Amino acid sequence: MIQFLIHEKADTVGVATVDIKAGETAAGLYMDSQDKIDIKAVHDIPLGHKIALVEHKVDESVIKYGHDIGKVVEAIGVGDHVHIQNLKTKRW
Amino acid sequence: MENKKIMAYRRENGRVGIRNHVLVLPLDDLSNAACEAVANNIKGCKAIPHAYGRLQFGEDLKLFFRTIIGTGANPNVAAVVVIGIEPDWTNIIVEGIKKTGKPVTGFSIERTGDIGTIAAASWKAKEYVQWASTLKREPCDLSEIWVSVKCGESDTTSGLASNPTVGNALEKLVGIGSTCSFGETSEITGAELVCKERAATPEIGEKFMDTWNAYNDFINECKTDDLSGSQPTKGNIRGGLTTIEEKAFGNMQKIGKSIQYVGVLEPAEEPDGAGLWFMDTSSAAAEAVTLWAAAGFVAHFFPTGQGNIIGNPIEPVIKLTANPLTVETMSEHIDYDCSAILRGEMTLDQSGDNLIDVLVETCEGKLTDQEVLGHEEFVLTKLYRSA
Repeated sequence: MIQFLIHEKADTVGVATVDIKAGETAAGLYMDSQDKIDIKAVHDIPLGHKIALVEHKVDESVIKYGHDIGKVVEAIGVGDHVHIQNLKTKRW
Repeated sequence: MENKKIMAYRRENGRVGIRNHVLVLPLDDLSNAACEAVANNIKGCKAIPHAYGRLQFGEDLKLFFRTIIGTGANPNVAAVVVIGIEPDWTNIIVEGIKKTGKPVTGFSIERTGDIGTIAAASWKAKEYVQWASTLKREPCDLSEIWVSVKCGESDTTSGLASNPTVGNALEKLVGIGSTCSFGETSEITGAELVCKERAATPEIGEKFMDTWNAYNDFINECKTDDLSGSQPTKGNIRGGLTTIEEKAFGNMQKIGKSIQYVGVLEPAEEPDGAGLWFMDTSSAAAEAVTLWAAAGFVAHFFPTGQGNIIGNPIEPVIKLTANPLTVETMSEHIDYDCSAILRGEMTLDQSGDNLIDVLVETCEGKLTDQEVLGHEEFVLTKLYRSA
């Protein structure tokens, strides 16, 4: 069963389509290429929330839809929950 | 896609409506009580109270008149009784609606009082309701149905499935020559350059950027923080959306992959041709849908993630979601469940077709969830303080 989806190849995060538990190896699918990827979740990732596919350093960008969706404010490791605690808007 | 025939109401000006409302329309806040009394006396008409109409001026007053006149002029409305505190502005509304050729009469309260006004307006409302009840649906083209789109309480499932479903449906509707519109100026922030590129000509793209820049400047002028909690909303954040940029790219899925927009509309401005139009609107659901209804749109696609429950008194709102939790916990609000996309059991193309089937049913008279639950959020956009 697919547990998270990734919009595009360039994306650095996926979106959980079910609740994913910390420690679980979750199955993901790239929506453009239909390629599969497995990521071990470090945190619980609730349905709809983002899981990191790569490491992100502070001040780097998170990419989703192939586009920059904001700046990293706390280092993110593979499998981490990506949300307001580590990602902020570059606008406003 | 085939431009199928649907059964709907053809109005005096040639436009096609899918509902047959008789409105009791207040000019101003002071006239709400009389309008509600008339709607209570006469079954089958509808009062739509609102908070404004007094001492407005300049662009804000122009937008107010455009919105109230446009609401009465909408093809989903058969006839209108207007009530205002005084006759002059009441008459501006009456004359504006009259241009459509539909029956409309105004009443004013000063020098009569509420009770006498209610009596006279009730007689007229009775006449209109009985006349409207004799009108018949006739075969019209699906492409004559003007469709607006806006999402609300979005989450990441919106960007994955419900918004792209709307985008797929819009591609098919615009393909048969329909008139459609998207907006939410502030919520394109982060994706504004992508949106600019979707304009049919560079000039239209520049006009979009001018509109977006003006809204963004206004936000930067008035903000006290990074807007987190307002935009994205707390509901968006709970659903997994983190930044306005992420929300904006999800939002843009609603206009599909290939359609180019043919013009930029002022709030509540009626388009003058077919195709997809950008309208300058707030991203607050009720405000935006009220503006589209006033511009003449007769059906609305509303994808939601966490479960925004908005409706409109005259423009039926068709809600869809891909979030299985929302389907499970608030199914009474969801006209179309597209969560099968997330399970890999349905394609976007099939989902777009399903949404158009729901549109056709709605056009032919099936009531939406919002209509039967009584969600009639009529909310005017106010640009600044009154004088």
